[in-house]
Amino acid sequence: MQTIRVFTLVVMFAFLLLMALSLRPFGRPDNTDMDDYFIEHGQAETGSNNIVSSVVFDYRGMDTLIEGSVLFTAATGVLLVLYRRKENERKR
Amino acid sequence: MKEKGEENGMSVIVKVASCVLAVPVIAFGVYVILHGHLTPGGGFPGGAVIATIVAMILIAGGGERAKSLNKELLSFLESAGLVIFALLGLLGIGTTFFYNFLANSGSFFGMKIPFGINPGYMWTGGVIPPMNMAVGLEVFAALSLIAVVMFTHEEDEND
Repeated sequence: MQTIRVFTLVVMFAFLLLMALSLRPFGRPDNTDMDDYFIEHGQAETGSNNIVSSVVFDYRGMDTLIEGSVLFTAATGVLLVLYRRKENERKR
Repeated sequence: MKEKGEENGMSVIVKVASCVLAVPVIAFGVYVILHGHLTPGGGFPGGAVIATIVAMILIAGGGERAKSLNKELLSFLESAGLVIFALLGLLGIGTTFFYNFLANSGSFFGMKIPFGINPGYMWTGGVIPPMNMAVGLEVFAALSLIAVVMFTHEEDEND
């Protein structure tokens, strides 16, 4: 059992190391078409200086909508579990 | 667990310090939200910054402060922020969902900006600044609602 664990750990670590070494160098990604589009047209199309903001709220607005609804669902879940009704406050 | 006659919350120093600190922290959060299209930040971080001051005042002030906060209002603000955000996305449905119909139109937040480096004009960004405000409102209300509900629950159990 112990040897299997050690073997698995070593294999996983070697795999991770191999993947880390085979990464492309920093700042030179493989496919830059979309990045170049955002950098060149983002400011003119959305009128926003902040490219990240223009991607988050304009190009990928749907993603942000779902992100907001995730937070909404989290708050709803907390309310569902922990919220006390008015009668409990009246009792005190 | 608290004694019966003991005062709620922390000492006077902590209470006053949290109230004094609330002013710059809320100003900073509103700044982050309003300048979301110019500087790093936006609705999510700005709302979280404002929500921290609610949590801080709750911890400093104890249960009485938590009781005085209106949970229905916070819940309404949360829903309103999300609905305004979705409606703003829906308004551009003429082209696509989440189309930036206000950008470069010359009207509301529609100033044209020069390409490249510029000083950062407030009246730009089209639909992005209103969306930032809506998301900021939603995040602030949701996070402070979670904090308030968890805090009052704890207080009820202790009583």
